[in-house]
Order: sequence, then structure tokens, then C-alpha cells
Amino acid sequence: MKQEYNITVFSENHIGLLTRITIVFTRRKINIESLTVSESAIEGVYKFTIVVKTTREQTIKIVNQIEKQIDVLKAFYHTNDEIIYQEIALYKVPTEALYNSDTVEKIVRKASARILEITREYVVIEKTGHKEETQALFEELNEFRVLQFIRSGRVALSRDPIERLSEFLRERDAFLDAID
Amino acid sequence: MTTKKVKGSQAVILSLLEEGVDTIFGYPGGAIMPIYDALYDFDKHVTHILTRHEQGAVHAAEGYARVTGKAGVCFATSGPGATNLITGIADAMIDSTPLVCITGQVASPLLGTDAFQESDVVGISMPVTKWNYQITVPEEIPEVIAQAFYIAQSGRPGPVLIDITKDAQFGELEFQYKKCRKIRSYVPETPVDPFKVKEAADLINTATRPLLLFGQGVIIGNAENELKEFVEKTGIPAAWTLLGLSAMPTDHELNVGMLGMHGNYAPNLLTNEADLIIAVGMRFDDRVTGKVSEYAKKAKIIHLEIDPAEIDKIKKADVAVLGNSKKSLRMLTDNVKENSHKEWLQRFRECDKIEKEKIIDSELFPTKPGLTMGEVIRITGDKTNHEAILVSDVGQHQMVASRYFKFRKPKSNVTSGGLGTMGFALPASLGAQLGAPGRTVIAVIGDGGFQMTIQELGTIAQNKLPVKIIILNNNFLGMVRQWQQLFFDKRYSFTELQNPDFIMIAKGFGIEGHKVEVREDLEKGISKMINHHGPYLLEVVIEKEDNVFPMVPTGASVSDIILEP
Repeated sequence: MKQEYNITVFSENHIGLLTRITIVFTRRKINIESLTVSESAIEGVYKFTIVVKTTREQTIKIVNQIEKQIDVLKAFYHTNDEIIYQEIALYKVPTEALYNSDTVEKIVRKASARILEITREYVVIEKTGHKEETQALFEELNEFRVLQFIRSGRVALSRDPIERLSEFLRERDAFLDAID
Repeated sequence: MTTKKVKGSQAVILSLLEEGVDTIFGYPGGAIMPIYDALYDFDKHVTHILTRHEQGAVHAAEGYARVTGKAGVCFATSGPGATNLITGIADAMIDSTPLVCITGQVASPLLGTDAFQESDVVGISMPVTKWNYQITVPEEIPEVIAQAFYIAQSGRPGPVLIDITKDAQFGELEFQYKKCRKIRSYVPETPVDPFKVKEAADLINTATRPLLLFGQGVIIGNAENELKEFVEKTGIPAAWTLLGLSAMPTDHELNVGMLGMHGNYAPNLLTNEADLIIAVGMRFDDRVTGKVSEYAKKAKIIHLEIDPAEIDKIKKADVAVLGNSKKSLRMLTDNVKENSHKEWLQRFRECDKIEKEKIIDSELFPTKPGLTMGEVIRITGDKTNHEAILVSDVGQHQMVASRYFKFRKPKSNVTSGGLGTMGFALPASLGAQLGAPGRTVIAVIGDGGFQMTIQELGTIAQNKLPVKIIILNNNFLGMVRQWQQLFFDKRYSFTELQNPDFIMIAKGFGIEGHKVEVREDLEKGISKMINHHGPYLLEVVIEKEDNVFPMVPTGASVSDIILEP
């Protein structure tokens, strides 16, 4: 059964690795729904969060192929209910939309969004949440004509009490020390 | 550790010498000229083979790697030089062949400017390399080359490409070399889990119709003896994949033949009767499995494999034993009971008899006038005492050569399996000859594939490499023609060739040759070739429209193997 899977990849910081990872998907004609990369809590280790819609079987094969890449430390996969995840969206609406009634203000309050910047011409609103939530806010605000809109890729944390990577790195270091 | 100040280009050569490199295959050009200039001073320490095309260099490096187990090294310049390597690199990737390819690149300030002979070879080679890296500063050269050799040769081997900009070759560094022994993000092989071995042994001890399938993992792991010991202790019949060929002597009583599309009747048919499959260092390629959903349905699967990504990729394993085949086979042998499977083995013998009568006899000992590929291979094998290295190209002759050559020694079969690269054999044979100078190297090539890399005759002649080349000439792209006959209503679309006079071409390159057209000349011709001092080309004109059988048609199950059209 196809569903959303969140693939988390921890890697060394090497030029070209992003391409090597995306090749694993493109070669199998799997579309990446969302991709976020940034440095993790461990210095020099980068964390990729990749969302795909596919089967569990295919996801396992993808994770194995990603882990096979030389510069990848470890890859995990989770279903949506195994993680806590967020996306961030920014909306630019005309300032006059706020002058004419308090509807926009009510929408912002109800959505727990916040206003980042107000100028004479436009207002920038920020909302974090799942895609359905940020999309719902877009639909509502678009009644007043959204001038620009952007949504980020997904960031996610596992529900494990500890960062599994730290544990993994400890084991890996011990394994490598044993080589000497 | 002492250091000395050298140029980047010198550091490349010094690093290769530190890795024990004795042979480099390559082709110079603008962006790699500083490295070639440095090489000029080291001609006593390392042999450079100038091929006639970069594709020749990379296939030669593959041939060298396959017979030595060491990384083959090749040089090419930027742009077209680098892109000409790609086919060979892809071939090495899919056949797990260790290569270190070093390409020159335009100077770093010119990167991304569409400079003369600039191509993004790091980007282009990414899907077909185990690892690649671009060096833009000289200081990185020793460390990156050390990593390249470690990655190429460890675990499941593969090709590595290092792209070095011209300014990094000209720049200076304090040279010191330290071999790479570990990389944090890379575990070449996991230690064999004794619990998994125990689980596997239990399945083996209770199986009544077990079948072992061995692939190149046995050869790469130097586990030929361990395989033999395991098979002899358990009495389990063993069948080989195209690249597993020569890991076990062909005439061993438990060697039951070749798997796959043009493999033997017995192992294909009985795969679907087996109650246990023990797959060792093989990856259930589609040419082996046929229709996967119908493959080995009655069997539990034990998979001994070094690459975790191969587990459950095609065929779900009931027990997966990760790690080096030499270690896992040894541990498995210690845990299994002595056994024999006489009745089960008898089934193979019965199938063999059918195959012999329907196919093999008329292929090896034909009575009709036209020459067969099989008789050429049979006589060549006999006359080399089955101890030669066989290098085959891709197509009908490859299947026939693999089926009938017969091997006594391991690491004797070099062919392009996974990628099926026509044009592979001629350059690979010269690399194999350099890797195994004391052995007879026989290159068996079709008339089509031969013309894809024909220019490497020049390399063979210049270096006086005593490769024995057999062209099996049917004036057709034979395998494609066979498919056209069987599956496309004999519509022979663009498969017939007007060939040149191969013997005259060989002579033009300074290579002796002879053309055989009738059976009476065949034995004498083969003997003359084998006894000739130096390279030799034997062209054998064979029956134009012969087919290779048995055959598992595409999409059919292995047990639906057909013996005749």
C-alpha cells in the first residue's frame, strides 16, 4: 500500500552527496514530495529529511541503497504517525485586506498564525503546521488575494526519547577502533 | 613521518606506487599532461599501457582487476577522454570490479565555464561509481587516492573516479602517504553473525532437495576452497551464475552447471523443485531468475552476501548471512552435518542426459557441414588443458564459451555480465594478460563486438602481448538475430554485417592470423594459434543462423526452459 514515508539520512558533509541520494529516487522513478537538508546537532553531520509516497517494501530498498553510499552514515524511515513533523508557510496579503474588516485578523488568530511584517502595501503572515493546515490557511487568505506564498519542506523528529544517531555513532566508533 | 615537497602530478604517481600499482592503462590529453609528465620519470617502476581509445583503457583495467583481484588503474584526460571511460565504469559497477580511474580536469577557475574539454565527469559518473571525488588543491591528493583504493577494493568492490584539476596537478604539497584503513561512514563488510549461521545450518541439515547457487562473490572473496569444502561435506549440488564461472572446477561431480537464460537444463528446471536455495555471492539477476514470481517457489532461501542492499532486493531471504563469503562459508561448513543427496543428484543427471542428447552432442560434435561455436570452444578448451583464462565478449559466443570452455583453475573467466558490454573482450584480454603474464589468455569474440574496439589490436601489437584472439564469425549480430528469429517473425532488422578481411586487418597491425572455414582445418588452426609465440588472431567462419539453446525466454519461469525452438 502506498503511503507517506519519511526517510531520514545522516551523512558526512560532502559535495555531491545530495545528487547521489536523489539519484537513488530518480533511477526508480520515485517522486520526492519534500526534501530538507541542514546540519544536525552533531557538528559536521548533515541531516536530510525526505518525504516520499510509496510502499513500505520500496522504502526499505531505497533506505538500503542510500546507506550503501560511501558518505552516508545512517538512514532511517518512519511513517507519519511515528514522527513529529512540521512545515512552515509564509503568506503575503495586501494590507488593505486588514483595513476593511477584521476577518483576516480572525483567521490569523484562529489558525495560530502570526504576522511577521507589515508595510503600507502588504502584510506577511507565518504559519507552522502540517501541509493540510498551511493549505487551509492559504485557501482562507486567498479570499483576500494572496500575493505570494511559500511552503518549506518537512522537518521531523522521531518519537524516540534519544537521538538514535548518537547511539549509532558510538557503536560505529567502537567498531572502527576495533580495527586498529 | 618524513615529508617531501613535490608537485601534485608527482604526488599522484607516488601515491599509486605506495598502493603497489604496477600497471596503468591510459590515454593522455591536455588536462592530464602534468601527470603524464611526472609519469615519464617513473617508467622503471610502473608500466603504462597506451590504449587506442579510453574505452579500451578502462576495459583493460577491468580485465587486469578481474584476474588479479587488485584495482585496475586508468588515466584519461578531461572532456571526451573522461566521458569515454563511462561505459567501462558502468560495466565495472554492475560487475563489482575494483577500478581507480583518474581523470584530468580543467583548471579550477575554469570549472563551470564550459571551458575547452570541460565535462562534469563527477556528475556524469555519479550513478555508475562506488565513490567519486574532485580534487582542486594539491594537498588533498595523497589522502583522496588512499581512500579511493580502500573504497574500490574493500567490501563489495567497485569503480572509483578521481577528477583532478590541472592547477592541483601543477601545485605543490608536502607529500606523505598513509594507506586508508577506515572511513567513518563506510563499513565494507559486517562480521558474520554466528546465530544466522546456525539458523542457516539448521535449514541445510534438514533439507532434502537443496541447491547451491554461486556467483562472483565467491571469486572476489577468494572463497573457492571454502565453497568446495562446504559442497563436498554436504553433498549439495552447486550451480553457477555467469560471473561465478570458474569458482569451482567444471568437472567436479557436484558442479551441476550454469544458471539462467542460456544455462544448463538441470539447474534451471530443478531450481523450481528445490526445497532450499543457498545463494552465495550472487544477486538474483533477472537473467538468472526468469519470472521472479514463479522462481524457486518451493524453496526456502539462504542468502550469503556482503552487500546488505542485495538482501531481499529481488528474492526475499528466509535467512540472510551478511559478510565475507570466505568467512561465512567456513563457519557454515563447521555447522553442517556431513550428508549426501544421491537421489536428488540423480535428477540432475537425468536432465543432463536429455540436454546432452538434444543440444550438447550436436553442438560439440556436429555432423552437419557448417562449423559450430561449440566445437571451436571444445577444442580450444581441450588444447589449453582447461587452464587458460577465457575472456569473452557479449552475445551468442559468450553463452557458448561459458557453457563449454570448462575450467580447472579459479579466476579464469573474464566477461561482461551485468552490463553486457559488446567490445569488452579485446581490451579486457590485454589487461588480463598483463595481470597474469604467465597464463594463456584466450579472447573469444563475435564479429560484431570485435569491431567495436578493434583498434586495441594496436595496443596488443605494440606491447607484444601474446593474447590469442578467436573471432567466431557468423556475419550477424547473432544474439539479436536469434531473438528476431524466435520472437520477431524472422524480421532480421539491421543485424547482418558486411565484415572486413579480419586477417588482413590483423596483419596491418602486425599480428599473425589465420582464417578457418572448414572442419578439416579447425584443430590445426587452433593448435597453431596456441603454439604461436605472440599475439594471434584466428577467425573461424561458423554457421550463419545457429541458435543458442537451451533458453529461458524473457518473462518465462526457469522451469519453462526450452530445449529447441
